Amino acid sequence: MYRYDDIDRAMVKARVAQFRDQTNRWQAGELSDEEFRPLRLQNGLYMQRHAPMLRIAVPYAMISSAQLRVLGAIAREEDKGYAHFTTRHNLQYNWIPMARVPDVLERLAEVEMHAIQTSGNCIRNVTSDQFAGIAPDEVVDTRPLAEIIRQWSTFHPEFAFLPRKFKIAVHGAERDRAVVQVHDIGLHLYRDDQGEILARVWVGGGLGRTPILGEVIHEALPWRHLLSYMEAIIRVYNLEGRRDNPYKARIKILVKALGIEEFRRKVDAEWADLKDGPATITDAELARVSSYFVDPAYAQLPETDAVYDERLKSDKAFARWVQQNVHPHRVPGYRAVTLSLKQKGIAPGDITDTQMEAVADLADAYSFGEVRSSHEQNLILSDVELRKLPELFDKAKALKLASSTVGLLTDIICCPGGDFCDLANAKSIPIAQAIMERFDDLDYLHDIGELDLNISGCMNACGHHHVGHIGVLGVDKNDEEWYQVTIGGRQGNDTRLGKVIGPSFAAADMPDVVTKLLETYVSLREPEERFVDTVVRVGIDPFKTSVYGGKLNRKKEAANG
Amino acid sequence: MAEILKNGQVHNDNWQVLRPEAEADLATVNLPAGQWLIPFALWQVQCAALKSRSDIGVWLSPNDDLTEVAKHFSQWPLVAIDFPKFTDGRGYSIAWRIRNHYKYKGELRAIGNVLVDQLFFMLRVGFDTLALDPSVVVATAERNLAPFPDTYQGSTDNPEPLFRRLDRTGAAQGGAH
Ligand code: HEM
Ligand code: SF4
Repeated sequence: MYRYDDIDRAMVKARVAQFRDQTNRWQAGELSDEEFRPLRLQNGLYMQRHAPMLRIAVPYAMISSAQLRVLGAIAREEDKGYAHFTTRHNLQYNWIPMARVPDVLERLAEVEMHAIQTSGNCIRNVTSDQFAGIAPDEVVDTRPLAEIIRQWSTFHPEFAFLPRKFKIAVHGAERDRAVVQVHDIGLHLYRDDQGEILARVWVGGGLGRTPILGEVIHEALPWRHLLSYMEAIIRVYNLEGRRDNPYKARIKILVKALGIEEFRRKVDAEWADLKDGPATITDAELARVSSYFVDPAYAQLPETDAVYDERLKSDKAFARWVQQNVHPHRVPGYRAVTLSLKQKGIAPGDITDTQMEAVADLADAYSFGEVRSSHEQNLILSDVELRKLPELFDKAKALKLASSTVGLLTDIICCPGGDFCDLANAKSIPIAQAIMERFDDLDYLHDIGELDLNISGCMNACGHHHVGHIGVLGVDKNDEEWYQVTIGGRQGNDTRLGKVIGPSFAAADMPDVVTKLLETYVSLREPEERFVDTVVRVGIDPFKTSVYGGKLNRKKEAANG
Repeated sequence: MAEILKNGQVHNDNWQVLRPEAEADLATVNLPAGQWLIPFALWQVQCAALKSRSDIGVWLSPNDDLTEVAKHFSQWPLVAIDFPKFTDGRGYSIAWRIRNHYKYKGELRAIGNVLVDQLFFMLRVGFDTLALDPSVVVATAERNLAPFPDTYQGSTDNPEPLFRRLDRTGAAQGGAH
């Protein structure tokens, strides 16, 4: 993975010193709360319900074992022994006292980590395919260009006070695993006939209270122009994006208001000043950064292994885990493995200090010391030998990291919600837990098959509920917590937003609602059809009828008399 | 007199910023002698009368139309861009455009809610003088003009990004973290 040189190191250290100074000035009253707010946000520090929340950047999903050990030690020594992986690869702490943050950042800087631009109205941490570099369907390894984008966006002088946050995602495979169309800029890297890297550029996607899928602004942008072209897009946005209402300030609103044609015209006019200028990425720079992402020392291995085959036949639990949590790898004899952070009784994405250290050990033993974090809030060991899978399964199981549910109903994506978040309308973690509690029969879960369940505690949509096959959104009605359900959303190449099935539900009803939806699916499905495919084929009406037609206790109607 | 940061040092200068009331009739606003920075809208109204004065500069609001503004650059000794609030980042892109698209070479000043932690960015995008917000402790500002040892991306101060200025090949220190 990328390693800092002296300049990178000096930049991150300078940022820590700057933030320490800012914190001191704020404590001394030289900076008001209002003046300090964007400064702390640009260092990942939110004020939350109980304490500040600190968000650490995990650029394009890559973490080394040494970094993970430090993250674990910080969780133990500075927090309450756990941390939370988010839907944007990042890691969040919930309980670090404000005055300790500069020291924590200093400790992170030692292992080439930071919290720079993980929040605030600036260019955020760039996200990518968690299987970059190893996926069999990959056409372009996104990591070098993602790192080049990271450096370009770091302390960008012009774009630190945009109308609103700005998120860039990039993927380079046949299947989009980075949901690029719900980002402010989404990039799909591919190759032309000569093998030259091109980018299809989407602009104006985003979830939140006005969910919109991005539109294509450029079909075939040569990679050298990525930075200058994005500079043109963001300059137009910085100048023309709305600043009167934070809910209308994302670039998606500007693109919708102007229409993609007019927006493209403005960007092209801006780009005329920049194209082929100094921001053009050089071959040397791409080669330099790419040199950090060369293959590890893979062994020459056969595609099969007798011990592995034997275990597959004899151990159903292992076979299930392989089926759900083990992913193909482009190198023969290797696999990628998801370590699930979805356990009954634990908030999705949460991980303890000792688990982090144990995962670091597993990464050293089985995966060249590297770990990835996925936007589904799990961890991934990307380069595991097939023959070591039985061993790894046993160890992961002992660590409670082997729920064989990746991609299934209980692999829930969930935001922190009302338990932690100040903006929440409703709690989200207890809903996730009640559903995990109800559906803990693996046979049933496997029979239901691939299903994305996403929960957000308010319309900011941190849990991506719009693109869940089943989406749950916390809403506030007369100070009570209610949950609105959508179905038919999906991510990937054919990203769609789900449709609301009807009036919202009380928390206690949510497991029943899911049961009804699943029963309807089972009764209607055709062979090989996933839940979401059935919804697409038959529409939402049969699901509506079964959910609302039955005896389900809708407190709202009862309450309204 | 206001305290202005210029070339890393505090200077006093005599430019005063005129901010007419929103309802003011711009045609009748009277400009006494002295160095005045006036809103572009006022310049447009009184252009004919003010042309002969060498002590009139213009400040731009983020809403001013740059194509109109650009027609007058040669007539002003000083152009300022107003930051109505430090979180309103339009002024950075306006400065960039004035320098790089319209090729304005004269003095460009940041006025308004100009705070310490924005100064570095302002100097990069093309401002050369900074009129500090009255709340700013000047000594704090002076020691925060260059919080970072280098820059990754180009801007007006130096259009060359780091990767064009330096060969960083093999510079990372290898080994495990
Ligand atoms: C607890 C503190 C948090 C706060 C205050 C917060 C706040 C917000 C807000 C206000 C938005 C909407 C922005 C907009 O539409 O302009 C948003 C979006 C988002 N948040 Fe959070 N969030 C928090 C935690 C998280 C966590 C823990 C995750 C990951 C699990 C997350 C992931 C996201 C994502 C992916 C979006 C993007 C939706 C979009 O494209 O608009 N956030 N957040
Ligand atoms: S979706 Fe709402 S409740 Fe959940 S973390 Fe985001 S802002 Fe908070």
